[in-house]
This record gives sequence, structure tokens and C-alpha cells, in this order.
Amino acid sequence: MSNIPAELRYAKSHEWIRLEDDGTAYVGISEHAQEAMGDLVYVELPDVGAVVASSDETGVVESVKAASDIYAPVSGEIIAVNEALSDSPELVNQDCYGDGWLYQIKLSDKAELEDLLGAEDYAAQLEEDA
Amino acid sequence: MPYIPHTPDDVQVMLDAIGVARIEDLFDEIPAHLKAGALEKLPDGLTEMEVTALMSARARQDEGAVCFIGAGAYEHHIPAAVWEVATRGEYYTAYTPYQAEASQGTLQTIYEYQSMIAHLTGMDVSNASVYDGASGLAEAVLMALRANRKSKTNRVLMPTAVHPLYRRATRDIVTNQGVTIEEVPFCNERGVTSVDALAQYAGEDYAALVIAQPNFFGCLEDVDALTDWAHANNMLVIAVVNPTSLALLKPPGEWGENGVDIVVGEGQPLGVPLSSGGPYFGFMCCKQQHVRQMPGRIIGRTVDMDGKPGFALTLQAREQHIRRSKATSNICTNQGLAMTAATIYMSLLGADGLASVAGHCHANTNLLAEKLCSINGVTRRFASSTFHEVVIELPQSANLTLKALAAKNILGGYSLAPAYGFDNAMLICATEVRTLDEIEQYAAALAEVLA
Amino acid sequence: MNREAQLIFDVSKAGRRAFSQAPKPVADDKLSDLPAGLRRQSKPMLPEVSELQVVRHYTNLSSKNFAIDKQFYPLGSCTMKYNPRGANRAAMLPGFLKRHPLAPESHSQGYLACLFELQEFLKEVTGMKGVSLTPMAGAQGEFAGVAMIRAYHEARNDHARTEILVPEAAHGTNPATAVMCGYKVREVPVNNNGDVDLEALKAACGPQTAGLMMTNPSTCGVFERQIEAIAKAVHESGGLLYYDGANLNAILGKVRPGDMGFDVIHMNLHKTFATPHGGGGPGAGPVGVSERLKPFLPTPIVGQDGDSYRWLSDADLPQTIGHLSAFMGNAGVLLRAYYYARALGREGMLRVGEYSSLAANYMLKRLQQVGYTAAYPERRASHEFIITLAKESKAFDVSAMDVAKRLLDYNQHAPTTYFPLLVPECLLIEPTETETKEALDEFIDAMAKILEEARENPELVKGAPYSQPVRRLDDVRAARELNLVWKPA
Repeated sequence: MSNIPAELRYAKSHEWIRLEDDGTAYVGISEHAQEAMGDLVYVELPDVGAVVASSDETGVVESVKAASDIYAPVSGEIIAVNEALSDSPELVNQDCYGDGWLYQIKLSDKAELEDLLGAEDYAAQLEEDA
Repeated sequence: MPYIPHTPDDVQVMLDAIGVARIEDLFDEIPAHLKAGALEKLPDGLTEMEVTALMSARARQDEGAVCFIGAGAYEHHIPAAVWEVATRGEYYTAYTPYQAEASQGTLQTIYEYQSMIAHLTGMDVSNASVYDGASGLAEAVLMALRANRKSKTNRVLMPTAVHPLYRRATRDIVTNQGVTIEEVPFCNERGVTSVDALAQYAGEDYAALVIAQPNFFGCLEDVDALTDWAHANNMLVIAVVNPTSLALLKPPGEWGENGVDIVVGEGQPLGVPLSSGGPYFGFMCCKQQHVRQMPGRIIGRTVDMDGKPGFALTLQAREQHIRRSKATSNICTNQGLAMTAATIYMSLLGADGLASVAGHCHANTNLLAEKLCSINGVTRRFASSTFHEVVIELPQSANLTLKALAAKNILGGYSLAPAYGFDNAMLICATEVRTLDEIEQYAAALAEVLA
Repeated sequence: MNREAQLIFDVSKAGRRAFSQAPKPVADDKLSDLPAGLRRQSKPMLPEVSELQVVRHYTNLSSKNFAIDKQFYPLGSCTMKYNPRGANRAAMLPGFLKRHPLAPESHSQGYLACLFELQEFLKEVTGMKGVSLTPMAGAQGEFAGVAMIRAYHEARNDHARTEILVPEAAHGTNPATAVMCGYKVREVPVNNNGDVDLEALKAACGPQTAGLMMTNPSTCGVFERQIEAIAKAVHESGGLLYYDGANLNAILGKVRPGDMGFDVIHMNLHKTFATPHGGGGPGAGPVGVSERLKPFLPTPIVGQDGDSYRWLSDADLPQTIGHLSAFMGNAGVLLRAYYYARALGREGMLRVGEYSSLAANYMLKRLQQVGYTAAYPERRASHEFIITLAKESKAFDVSAMDVAKRLLDYNQHAPTTYFPLLVPECLLIEPTETETKEALDEFIDAMAKILEEARENPELVKGAPYSQPVRRLDDVRAARELNLVWKPA
């Protein structure tokens, strides 16, 4: 069973989101997703300043054999992206919940977090998909 | 049966192994009423001797004329070694190099090709080639739209001094995706695209400006000024270039302050025969920062599990077999064999040899233009420097003149009547293979036709 | 430096040249009219080598390739049949090689005659009403086909059709092509027997359906038995039916796409008509159409006026989807296909599907006997079939890729791996009609030995290949540390 931190919320499409005290949030992909992809060779990130709606495409993660879209788990404005990934996409493989974060978003509606899965429900979804 | 090796015994053993009585039983899942008839409109099969005789007679029908047509395809000397080596079965009958360990020959050849083309164009990276120059321009336009993240419209600027057949193919390929190609007129006196003509588009949102060097008329554009203008207006620059000319002319990577963003062109002049228009190959290069938007195969150098150097397809996640509907293009192949020939050609000629070829083409075409323009009523149409093609103006219809010349077995050039409405103008070209005799023969024939 | 991987640049030496291959240098004054500001300042870094060095280098490189001329090459969906040498010689006759693409028709009658006849032959073997030879590859043929579907709907002012349907097992080019033509893609599921899920298809069809793209036999290596019902469902919704000719070799001479109800098809001449693959191209992807799509065919097309031939122009085809290349596409490939069609003739053409299917069904049966699992055991193989190593992968941790790599050590080219994606750990195997039974048996014997190795010594299989110029390559490094162009150290 892959690591699913209890304090995060998850999208069905395998993104995680972590709300900060200042009302912004970090977004990344789950350990399950990073394992399924294999060694990442490239991460395409959204433009800072872009305003996105939940489930909009906000980038792509690529391995040698696959490419997978990243969807915004919530609506809001992209306020930062993880620049380190352009040289070191492997950070996502090494530390997907920490240094391998993808972007920071300023939520336009915190209530949308309720539509996402908690750790238990996400684990159940993985179980079901397996 | 041609190319089917089985003896009756073989067939019987195979049928027995499968457990059917007849070959026909293998098709029992196909509804009977759908089965094909006897293909009656097909002729009887022929032996190798018979087909060869038939096709030799057909080929001879088309021989005998001396060719002064360029317009995107050029007759150059091709060293004997080029196709002797390129048609070795190991190149000719290999597949796309998916099994890298068993395809190092093809893969390394492509890597060397990418290196040579990148050096020739002065760009960072190259792909393994696309179909031809014209479809390559279409791919470059689509690539520029993806790569220019500042541009929010689907619009590109295309000078009408770009080859009309390239403009046509580009339009026919990209318009299905809602792309608008805005055509920019050329200067009627000089046959080039001026920055003045572009002024009306300044500050507007276009993803890219296309610049051809030399342009369709053979004229040399002021590429530095055009490139800088485009960049100042947040456009990418797509260069369309002739590879032979790059032995003498400034490579697109050095145009303007920063060089162009994407380069495409027809690779045929690099060792590929005229062959009625194909197979040729399109070359495509770009700046490093745009490499992920480039379509087509790309080969990278890496190491194997023992640390030994080797070559493999890379950046495959851009491609249709992984990305499916989100691929950079639907292209699955390169023009491998033609590209292999070009790699051998560039190796044989080297920078100096290619410069000799380019120099002779330039000198021969100037000589031809001079001889033709010494005929009463024949003039150069545009007052610009040219590389190895020149537009000449005749005192009568170019179409009729070309027809009369063809009757004398001289293919005198390409008429500008259909594409530009210049009824009396035609584009001429004399490459390094045209001799002084042939040039004089042409001049004499034209004098007769116009007399 | 490992001599094996020496680049042509590594053997270059300043001042060396292949002197007789280029014309003698031209005097500088002949170039003086070229403006200095437009001249190149430094020479391009091309190798400086002798003719012998070039010939030896590229000959040695070629020997590192597998090729049909050297090995059995059972790549599924690629139809790696023998490429007749006679076809190459004929296409490289001087009269064909020296013909300029813009030469007048008066100097092109021999060439045009070959093309015209090839158009007619392709119509007859496919049952279509019109053919254009111009697309330069299968993918361009697909593009032309879907662009014609679009042009057809637009000509009828039917602008509501925004969607192309593809079976989920389809080749990746199908959805990529649909998008290049401005369509959305909807995938249709395939059932456990390899047939399209007909009910799901019917549910997906509607006024938004522009067409369905499919292969038959499908990418699952089996004939789509419900083809008529599929055609009916798509046609009743107002959509058109596109045939991807990747697997035409299976049915050549047996069933014609036109008779199955397809409106538009592309053919891969580098598969079905024995033109070479050339290490990844050039190919040719002519398109064939039913009566209602004829006005939209891409140009140029060759027409006949009495005894002479001419190019059909826009005036003949005002609704054409246009040109896909500068000139006539891959003309030399078309000549090779013409040679092949003439050599086979009627009798030969009728046998292609039969003998390619015989070889495939024989191999499938024998591979099952030696212990492999067929993906669709209840079905006849077409000209190709799928085995799945899902079981072996679980039991011995040996994957389809491992088996493919180990085959190289037995001097057999690997089959297509991991396609179609919906069959786990699959190998798609296509022997073609031109291989002897002995060649098929050798491959089967190699597969039997590899299965034994997988059971007894899986590490051996997982480390393969051992006999090739290189072992497995580091693809991750290739993508992360891009090295696409040689630069001097």
C-alpha cells in the first residue's frame, strides 16, 4: 500500500492538495501516481498568474513510456510553480509530498475542498481500481 | 506464386497443424457474402524480366530533356557512394528503430544526421526529419502555435514570397485546426519582403512570422531585420531555407540578434534524386527551449546498462503512440532512407565541398540569366541579389515559351503565371550539373522561340 | 573511446576531403555579388573525411541493424514482407530518377502511365471508387481520409458533427489524426473476444458523430465479425466509416473494404505492397474513397484522356481537400508498389491474404502447443495474432519486453510489444506470406527455449540481449540529459 498522508485531500485523478494557513494551497501528485508513472523525465507546469477552474488541465508529467495530464483539484489562481522540477523532475519520484510539489494555488472557493477525497476514501478508491 | 515460398507439402503440414482442411477454412469468420470476387480488372502477373522491360520502356519515354527547373527540387551531382551504401539491405529493409539494441546502425546514423543539420542551420537541435519541405512548414506552423505561449490567437504571418506550393500545402494541412494564415505581400520591384510591409501588423498578436531564404524568386531577404522585427513583436520566427545555400549564406541560428526559433526546409538537394518529387525529406530544427514541441522522431545519445555509449529514441512521450489524441502530431515516421542518403552526402562533401556546389550553382545561374537577358526583350524581373534561381521577364507568355522550349527538349523553367499572375515571368535555375554547352544551347533555343 | 560507437565526427581530421565528390572550388569573384552581411562567417561543422572512410563508416553502421534481408522480422501490424530487389532497380531507372516533379506532361507520360495504372489496381483490390496516391505515409493517408470526412459534412452544411469514434484498441495515430483534423475523440470499448462492443458503439453514435475509424482485422489480430452492423449503426447516425489499412495484408484478395461498407480507406504501400521501410520511412499512404467522397480526394491525381495522361487540377476537382506535399508525395515508393502489383498480378494478389493467414494461424497453434497463451484462443488468427505473457510475468517476473529482447539473442527480430494496450504483457506477431515454414519453425523453437529459460533462469531472460552491439539502453538518461547533437569536446 502506498503512502497516503492523512492531512491531505485528494482528487480522483491522483493529485493531492495541502491547504496552508494563508488560504493558499500546494498541489502535487500522489505516491501511487508517481509509482505508476515510473521515473519522471519531464514536468510541464502552468503559467504563474493563470486562473484555472477545478479539473482544468494544469500541466503534464512525463516518464519514458507514458505521459499523464495534471488536473487542478480546485479553482483558483496559480501563484507559484516548483521551478526546481525543470532540472530535476526526479524530485517527484523521490519526495512527491514534499520537495516534489508541483504548484501553489490561491483558492477561489475553499468549499471545493469538500468535494475532494480524504485519505481513507482515496485509499479505498485505489483498492477498488487495483 | 511470386514471393510465396511454400511447397504443397509445407502447406499440408501447416494445415494439419492448425487442424483445418483447406486454407479457405481460415476465413470462416468472414460473412460469406462479403468475400471478394476474382479481381478481374487486374492483369496477369509478370516475371521480373517482363516488369523490368515494361518499366524501362516507360522510364525511357520521360528521358532526354535538359532541366533548368528548380522551384523547390534541384538536380545536383550525387556521388556514387551515396545510394550504393543507402540501399544496402541493412538500411533499406529495416523498420523504425523501436528495438534499439538491434537498430544501432539506423539510430547512430540519425544522430549524426541531426548533428550535421543542426550545424548547417546553426540551431541547437534537429529531429530525424519529416515528410518533405512543404509539409514540414505546416508542422512548423503548428509547432510555433504550441511554442509561443504569449500568443493567444491561432494566427501566423506568411509572406507570399514563400514557395506557392508550400503555402498551399501548409494552408490545406493546418486550416482544419482553425489556424489563420495571413499573407504578406512582397515588394514588386525587389521581389523581397520588406519590414515596411510588415508595419501594419506591428503590435498585433501573431504566433510566428515565416521567412524564406532564399525566397521562392531566388531573392535574398534581409533576414536580420525581419527576424528582429518579429521578435520585437512577440512572434516566433520560422525560417524556410535551402540546405545547399547554407554553405555560403548566414545560417538561421545567426539571423538578427537572437537567431530564429524554428528552421525547416527541403532536404532533397542533399543527395536525393529529383525522382518526380519524392521520396524527399523535410529537415526541422529548433532552439533547445522548444524541443518538446517539435514533432517527429528524435534520437538521443545515452549509455547501456554496462555504461557503453549507444543511441535510442527519446522524448517519445510527445508522440502519437503514447500521447494519442494529445500528441504533437500524428506523424509516426521519418523519411529514413532519404535522410540516410543525405547523411552520407554531407559526409562526403564536407563544408568545403558543399560550398563548391553552392558556388557553382550561384555562378551558373548568374551566367544563364546573363545569357538569356542578352536576348532582346528578356530582363531580370527583380532587382535583388539571388542565390541559384532568378525570375526573368519575357516579351511573351511564359507558358507558351516553356511549351516551345519543351518541344526542343529544354525544360526552361517554372512559370509564374498560375501562382502570381505574372504571365510573362518564369523562374530559372542552373545547378552545378549544367554545362556551359547546355546553357548556351538554352540561350540559342530561347532566342529562336522569341524570334 | 570505444571504437564500436565512433561517430563520423571522431574520424574527421582538419583539411581532409573526399576530393572527387564535389566540383572544383569556384573562384571568389563569382560570389562577390552576394551581400557580405548575408554571408556565412564560419564553416558548418561537417566531418572532414575521405570517401573510403565514409563508405566504411556507414557500411559498418548498417551491419548493426536487424533487417528483413538478414532476419525474420515478425513485427505485428508492420507487415515486414520481402522487398523485391527488382522493384528498387526499376524505380531507380535514370528516366524516373531524373524526372523533375514540375516537368511538363509531355515529358512525363511514362511515369504518369505507371501511376494511373496503380490507381486503377488499388481501386480493384479495395473495392473503392476513387484513389489518390499522394499521401506520403499511413498517418498522412489518415489525415487525408478524416479531412475528406470533414469536407463532406461541411459541404452538406452539417456543422454539428464534432466527434470521431475510435475503438479503444486503435493505433495511436487514429486519435492523433482526428485531432489534427479539428475533431474530438471518443473511444469505444472492445469486448473480451476482440470485437467492438456493439451496444456501446450504438450508444455513442449520434448527430455529433462525424465518423468511426477502425481497422479490420482489428489491432487484436482478429476479423471484426460485426462489421456490417457497425457500418449500419454509424451510417444511420449520419457518420462515415474510415478503414485504417494497417492490416490490409490479412484480407488482400479475400474481402474488400469497399464491400464491407467503408467510405474511405488508406493503404500502407510499405506494408501491403512490399515497398521498403527504410529504417522508418519513406512510406506511402494512398487513400481510396466511395462515390460520395470522390470530389474531395487530395490532389494531384492522374487522369486519362484517350491515349495520354494528365494531372487532374483544381478545375477537375474544385472541392479537393488540397495538397499534402509540395509535389506528388513519395513518387519513388509508388513506382516500387507498381512493380509489385505488376509482378503479382491477379493470381498473386488473391494469394497474399491466404498465405499470410496460413502462416499466422500455424504459428499461433504451434506457440500454444509449446506453452504460450493466446489472447483470443477461440478466434482464428488473421495475418497476425496476440499472445499474452501475463501468466509468466506473475510467475517468473519475466515481461513481454524481456522475451522480446531475448529473441534478439536467437537472431530473431522481436514482435511488436505492448500493443494493443488493452492486452496485458502482449506480443503481436505477424509472420507474412514470404517466410518459409523453416523460418517460422526456427522462431517457434526460439520461443520454446525462452519459455524454458524463463522458468529455470529468469535472470538470464531479464538481462537480455547479450549478443547485440549494446545491451539495454538507459532511456531515462536519454530523456533527462538530452544529447541530440554532437559537439566538439
